[in-house]
Amino acid sequence: MAQITSEDFLEKFKGIFEDTDPATIQSDTVFKELDEWSSMMALSLIAMADEEYNIKLSGEDIRGSVTVGDLFGRVNNKLS
Amino acid sequence: MALFKINNVKISGMSACVPKTTESNWNHANLSKDAIEEFISTTGVEERRIADAKTCTSDLCIPAAEKLINDLQWDKKDIDILVFITQTADYVVPVTSAIMQDKLGLSKECIAMDIPLGCSGYIYGLSVIASMINSCKLKKGLLLVGETPSKTVSPNDKSTQPLFGDAACATALEYVEGAPPMLFQLGTDGSGYEAIIIPDGGYRNMVTADSLIEVEYEGGIIRNKCQLFLDGMDVFSFGITQVPKTVNALLNQYNINKDEVDYFVFHQANMMMNKMIAKKLKLPEEKVPYSLKQFGNTSSATIPLTMVSQLKEKLGSNNKFILCGFGVGLSWGTAYVETSGVVCSDLIEYE
Repeated sequence: MAQITSEDFLEKFKGIFEDTDPATIQSDTVFKELDEWSSMMALSLIAMADEEYNIKLSGEDIRGSVTVGDLFGRVNNKLS
Repeated sequence: MALFKINNVKISGMSACVPKTTESNWNHANLSKDAIEEFISTTGVEERRIADAKTCTSDLCIPAAEKLINDLQWDKKDIDILVFITQTADYVVPVTSAIMQDKLGLSKECIAMDIPLGCSGYIYGLSVIASMINSCKLKKGLLLVGETPSKTVSPNDKSTQPLFGDAACATALEYVEGAPPMLFQLGTDGSGYEAIIIPDGGYRNMVTADSLIEVEYEGGIIRNKCQLFLDGMDVFSFGITQVPKTVNALLNQYNINKDEVDYFVFHQANMMMNKMIAKKLKLPEEKVPYSLKQFGNTSSATIPLTMVSQLKEKLGSNNKFILCGFGVGLSWGTAYVETSGVVCSDLIEYE
């Protein structure tokens, strides 16, 4: 699959949240500090990466990321 | 490649035994109301059966085996092989299957072995026992599965303690010339060995005083090195990618029409993961039974326990099953089995 844009990833990332104002989520957002972030959201993120991009995000990918941008970087690396 | 067929073996009966003591996650003492709701909505586990301090896997297996032998009216002398799947054996040494050979009063000419696999164990065990029955023309065999994972978890680990329950199951198999072949696909990825692990207590890290020191991890989780660690994210990531692959590999290799399969019984790991797997495989809900709600994750026993507890009335007629176990190791296995007239014993509750 071709490389994706950070905007595309940001939109898909926002899509996994149900109770969070999308305007508060940006590429530099520390996602683990979002009120709605939980271990279940981590699984939803893994599911989204699999469904949308056909890539496997590991526990280490999520633990090692601080911002949404970091997550995008890891996803992009796996696509190349 | 481990994609193969085993002829001449029939599943004649199945039984299950669970401890009577039930713990409910709704009343969990250590979790907040919000944490309980999130846990149940992710995992689907509401209740689990818990063995007490005196009860080991053989104590649950033996009643399951005795009941099944009785319901089938089998002569014990005819049982040529006993394979026991467990990762929570009675002793480190010797194998529990030998102890059960004696307690069940089986012949001294009975083969007995343990296979210490977890989530994939029932599928692996089925392939081993069916293979030996067919190639050695053994008359009858018992595949026993028993787990007490409640004894391996830290009471202060909210990622594992509310997930696991205890259970044992017995599956009776016999050599029947011309029985529909059992089909298997098995696989392994040891690079993921740390995803589900008890670090100390084997010989890589022998038990020391340090092993029992309780360490606090992120999220208020407290655990020592003799207790089970489970990386939920890695296991989820593995499950949703590997399981559809193994099931499709088996279906494609043997041209099995998915629509003609009656039931898909998956290892009961976590409802969110299992639902995603079913969605990826495009399986109708009514073909995918669950036992997570009442019994939780009982490790290698989940597949037969789901069959006995959810499909008892159906097992007597003709059925086509896809069974798939996946997890610790990392290890996985898928089996296609056609059954008819399987005797299913009533669920036993052990006190």
